[in-house]
Amino acid sequence: MKCREAAQLISRGMDENLPWWQRSSLRLHLLICDACTSFSRQVRLLRAAVRRLV
Amino acid sequence: MQETLLAALAAQKSFAGRSQVRTWLTGILKHKIVDSIRKASREQPLEGEATLEDIEPLFDATGHWREPPREWPEQALENKQFLAALEECLRRLPARTGQVFLMREHLGVETTEICKELGLTPTHVWVLLYRARQVLRECLQMTGFGAKA
Repeated sequence: MKCREAAQLISRGMDENLPWWQRSSLRLHLLICDACTSFSRQVRLLRAAVRRLV
Repeated sequence: MQETLLAALAAQKSFAGRSQVRTWLTGILKHKIVDSIRKASREQPLEGEATLEDIEPLFDATGHWREPPREWPEQALENKQFLAALEECLRRLPARTGQVFLMREHLGVETTEICKELGLTPTHVWVLLYRARQVLRECLQMTGFGAKA
C-alpha cells in the first residue's frame, strides 16, 4: 500500500467501517510508516478540535 | 442559511475577529439546519470540489508524501492559537467542502445522512471530507503550527 492510498483509507475509516482486508493492510502500512501515522493523529485531532468550537 | 453562509464568506476578508466562524456555526445551528442545508444544496454547484485534483500534488509519482505530516502535540486542543488558526482555516474552505466537513465533524452527522440531506453520492461525500482534512492540516501547518520540534 502506498501513502496516497493509506491517507484516503484513514480518512474513510473515520466515517465508515472499512472492510477487514482494507483495515488489515492499512494497519500493516501504519506499522512501518511514520508519516501516515502522523496524518492519522492529525485528522483525529482535527475532529476533536472542531467539536470544541462554539 | 445560504444567506448566513454567503454573509460569513463575504465578511471573512474584512472581519479580523475570531468569532466569525463561531457566529457562522451558531447561525447554522439556530436555523433549521436540515431544511436550509437541503435548500442550499440545490443552489450550490459542486464544480471543482468533487475531484481530488487539487490535493494530488501532496503525493509524488510513487504515491509517497512530498512533505510528510508532522506530529502535532496533544495539547493543541488546549491551545488558543491552534483553535484560532483552525477557525481561520475553516473559513477558507470552499463552500460545499466546509458545509460537509462541519456537518460531519462538528454536528456528528453520519455520511449516509449527509448524502440524503444534500443529494450527494457517497463518493462525493468522502472526497469532500478527505479534501477538507488534507486542506485543513496543510493550512494549519502553514500557519506555523506543528513546526518541527
